[in-house]
Amino acid sequence: METDSLERTAHLPQITEARNPGMELDMNWVRSVQANTSAIERRAATLPGRRSVKKAYQAAWLARAITCIDLTTLSGDDTARRVERLCAKARQPVRADLLAALGLDPITVGAVCVYHDMIAPAVAALEGSGIPVAAVSTGFPAGLSPFHLRLAEIGESVAAGAAEIDIVISRRHVLEGNWQALYDEMRAFRAACGPAHVKAILATGELGTLRNVARASLVCMMAGADFIKTSTGKESVNATLPVSLVMIRAIRAYHEATGYRVGYKPAGGISKAKDALVYLSLMKEELGDRWLRPDLFRFGASSLLGDIERQLEHHVTGAYSAGYRHAMG
Amino acid sequence: MTVKEIFDTMDYGPAPESAAEALAWLVDQGDRFGHFINGAFTDPGDGFESRDPATGEVLATLSQASQADVDAAVAAARAAQGKWEKLGGPGRARYLYALARLLQKHARLFAVLETLDNGKPIREARDIDVPLAQRHFYYHAGMAQLTEEALPGREALGVCGQIVPWNFPLLMLAWKVAPALAMGNTVVLKPAEYTSLTALLFADICRQAGLPKGVVNIVTGDSAVGEMIVGAEVDKIAFTGSTEVGRRIREATAGSGKALTLELGGKSPYIVFDDADIDSAVEGLVDAIWFNQGQVCCAGSRLLVHEPVADLFHARLKARMDKLRIGNPLDKCIDVGAVVDPVQLRQIAGMVEANTAGETYQANIELPAQGCFYRPTLITGLAPSDPLMQEEIFGPVLVSTTFRTPDEAVQLANNTRYGLAATLWTENVNLALDIAPKLAAGVVWVNATNLFDAAAGFGGVRESGFGREGGWEGLSVYTRPKGSGKPLKPITGFAGDGAPADPIDRTAKMYVGGKQARPDGGYSRPVWGRSGALLGHVGMANRKDVRNAVEAAQGAAGWARTSGHLRAQILYYLGENLSARAGEFAHRIDAMTGKRQGAKEVETSIQRLFTYAAWADKYDGQVHGVPIRGVALAMKEPVGIIGALCADEAPLLGLVSVMAPAMAMGNRVVLAASEPFPLAATDFYQVLDTSDVPGGVVNILTGSHAELAPVLAAHLNVDAVWSFSSTDVSVEIERGAAGNLKRTWVNNAVARDWYATDSQSFLEAATEVKNIWVPYGE
Repeated sequence: METDSLERTAHLPQITEARNPGMELDMNWVRSVQANTSAIERRAATLPGRRSVKKAYQAAWLARAITCIDLTTLSGDDTARRVERLCAKARQPVRADLLAALGLDPITVGAVCVYHDMIAPAVAALEGSGIPVAAVSTGFPAGLSPFHLRLAEIGESVAAGAAEIDIVISRRHVLEGNWQALYDEMRAFRAACGPAHVKAILATGELGTLRNVARASLVCMMAGADFIKTSTGKESVNATLPVSLVMIRAIRAYHEATGYRVGYKPAGGISKAKDALVYLSLMKEELGDRWLRPDLFRFGASSLLGDIERQLEHHVTGAYSAGYRHAMG
Repeated sequence: MTVKEIFDTMDYGPAPESAAEALAWLVDQGDRFGHFINGAFTDPGDGFESRDPATGEVLATLSQASQADVDAAVAAARAAQGKWEKLGGPGRARYLYALARLLQKHARLFAVLETLDNGKPIREARDIDVPLAQRHFYYHAGMAQLTEEALPGREALGVCGQIVPWNFPLLMLAWKVAPALAMGNTVVLKPAEYTSLTALLFADICRQAGLPKGVVNIVTGDSAVGEMIVGAEVDKIAFTGSTEVGRRIREATAGSGKALTLELGGKSPYIVFDDADIDSAVEGLVDAIWFNQGQVCCAGSRLLVHEPVADLFHARLKARMDKLRIGNPLDKCIDVGAVVDPVQLRQIAGMVEANTAGETYQANIELPAQGCFYRPTLITGLAPSDPLMQEEIFGPVLVSTTFRTPDEAVQLANNTRYGLAATLWTENVNLALDIAPKLAAGVVWVNATNLFDAAAGFGGVRESGFGREGGWEGLSVYTRPKGSGKPLKPITGFAGDGAPADPIDRTAKMYVGGKQARPDGGYSRPVWGRSGALLGHVGMANRKDVRNAVEAAQGAAGWARTSGHLRAQILYYLGENLSARAGEFAHRIDAMTGKRQGAKEVETSIQRLFTYAAWADKYDGQVHGVPIRGVALAMKEPVGIIGALCADEAPLLGLVSVMAPAMAMGNRVVLAASEPFPLAATDFYQVLDTSDVPGGVVNILTGSHAELAPVLAAHLNVDAVWSFSSTDVSVEIERGAAGNLKRTWVNNAVARDWYATDSQSFLEAATEVKNIWVPYGE
């Protein structure tokens, strides 16, 4: 495997990462990648039993999880006011009295994630908050609209104020083994994003094998993805721990080889506070503490926040909470 | 730390499991324990303290068993055994089922107590040890249920003495007690002195299950108590522990007729090929060598990495080591707990400090300020000649070297006196299924490590011991064929001074490597007929003839890789060629023995050759139903080189009956012919020569059994010795076998009916079961 193909770039912690510029498509590396499903599943299955955070630690970790949430609405019936309501929740995801009891300063979620037409109201609603707007793009979720339109969609979304673009890859390139096509497509998407960060959605539930997931992850990073993301949320199987393990090991290998840190976003199916803790520990174990911050880790989730809020109240009061005690988004 | 601080540092923090219930149980017992004999605890006697290795705190005071205690336990077990066996399989199954359920009901108590006593991480006790112990009782409840149906013709051995180690105290108890009880035996078990508490809790469970008194007896104490059990009137010793102690037990029980199974040490290879999933293989090592602080007999402690990926692999491994968390075993968030005792800690540290070879890397992690903790360690760049590549460390220390080719990987893997387990990582199914059978090990894991289940036998080859625990293959060591044989009296040949019966002198030599060879010593002795006529001379084999025969057998190793079909054809051909000379052989047998059984013996010998020819391609392995997505292939492999002292009373049939099953299963043999009547064996050379038997597969010596037996038994390249000689050499063989812990099958001066077919016993003795675990899924 290549370990010296690009010069290492020095990064100081706590400072915004240098963006991943990508690299030449290295087919030797891509082809050498293996992913043993049974072993990966065993690691994923035993991790929750190996790592556990309790009491104050759990509360702190859950607060951190909130800051990594891409609060998302991707529905055909979204309206500007619905999105404004979500943005209000994004600014104040946890009741102020709970934060005060925990001794935490105000926190926000990591981003708000919407379709293109909802970018404008979201940008307006989030003004001054520092919360970026992410837009799903490139013919989300199937990614089968004309290529030039997919590129144009990115351009329009960036122009509309999206700071992050969640693109979907052409799954057929993976399934056909056409890694060059995948690389070229991703390169083009990245270029179209300009200053906006690009998250590559692999739609892992449609890639067939973990080996394909590993290879697609690498190719997208080689083509300059800032984040790699599991799913659109619309596939029948979304984020899972085994898939996550494969993707973050690819991120680790890419970092080893190039010195660039690529972010990770599991999306879909993560709805429990406990799951969020397991994902955080997975990141901590396999990638390190640097990946526990929103510039390198996001949850794509809509209902996760509610469960975390209830757990935080339980931590503060000692009594189990109820959903209606927390403001809806 | 405040929530705000943790929000920044994202540390794990402590996640302790409460010890309150386990400590309360100890208090309820008075913090002092006697022995569990005949269904009740004895009054606590003089003894020793059991400590928590993580803190050094005393957990309880245990009693050191006296000879009287051991005698009482054995007597109670003996008294209970008959009724327990007569209860029948389904009756026993109910008790085993109850024990399984009770283990489940008290699962957390067992887990916490185990962690307190042993120092292993609570995660392991909770998620591995205790569930596997339950599983063993469930599985063997089923075996008990099926005994009469599945194992007709077998009966219990009687009273079993069982000695278990401190690394998996409850699990090893379960591995020993469950099959023994299922098959109708009663037991006297000694837990390790460091870790007796879960065994005493198990005794409590036995009471709760209403187990009949005396079926399970538990005595505590040090190795002196173990020696008392080995020397007691028991029918079997089952031991798990060090190879050194195993060897002493082999010597102590030699010739006693006590059945023996030994599960001993290892230095198991962990082989990583360049096409492996490297990250998963690195993670596998966490389960291989840092599981239970590396205090695992089958720990993957010898890393062999393919050269193309060695640097990358070692770099990732070191990074992974720095992520391990070591500390309070009761913390749910740690990977490595405490070493069992300061003595062990000193031993591990001493071995690592004494090593000057290679490069030592120790995990860059925080260690607790006190307690028996040892930093996970990797030593790279070692050669097979470095002591740490050969000696078992029994701690969290991994040693490593590299290989160039698959063949070299196998050579390195097998370059050890041990043969317990092996792990290999490759995504290539051809490579995996080629390498796994070539590894000298009782268990092979493909793309996984340290997988265990009651349905798959566990146990080793070479100096890792013999016998299997778990699976169908684990039952034969707790049963024996029904019925008892008659005593076998020494048989001597005739004396005489008559003229040669055949006017042309025929000189029978040795048969070594497919050729006739003169005896090394140059001595021969006459063989006389009943009437005193000289039937011929045979050579007197000495130790050098044994050496030559074993060398020839070693050279015929390719026999093990031939197909069952080919071996069947050769055995049929032997039968055919023997049949063509049936009259001559019958006459020879009658002339030597002075009886008129010759024709019958020849006919039965031909039948026997046909029987094992038939078996050669039908004694199949199994696919065990283990609870993973994958298979555990129980492959039957030849034992290797078998030395056998053939029956004196049936000069041809006795030889054929041991040669044929051994050959059929792919073994090579060194046979000592009937001592008083050797000429049927020497005549048989020509049958071998004309039947396409490759040179070295069958080697035949003539001479004194008393002289040859100790040489064969001590020969370190012989894998098994069988004796059916009327000279009682059982003691010498079993004592001599301790050297390389070879398998033995001796008659203890009990006769066998050679006219009865007993294929099962012979085929079993001629094979080792290797369990190859292959998880799959894409």
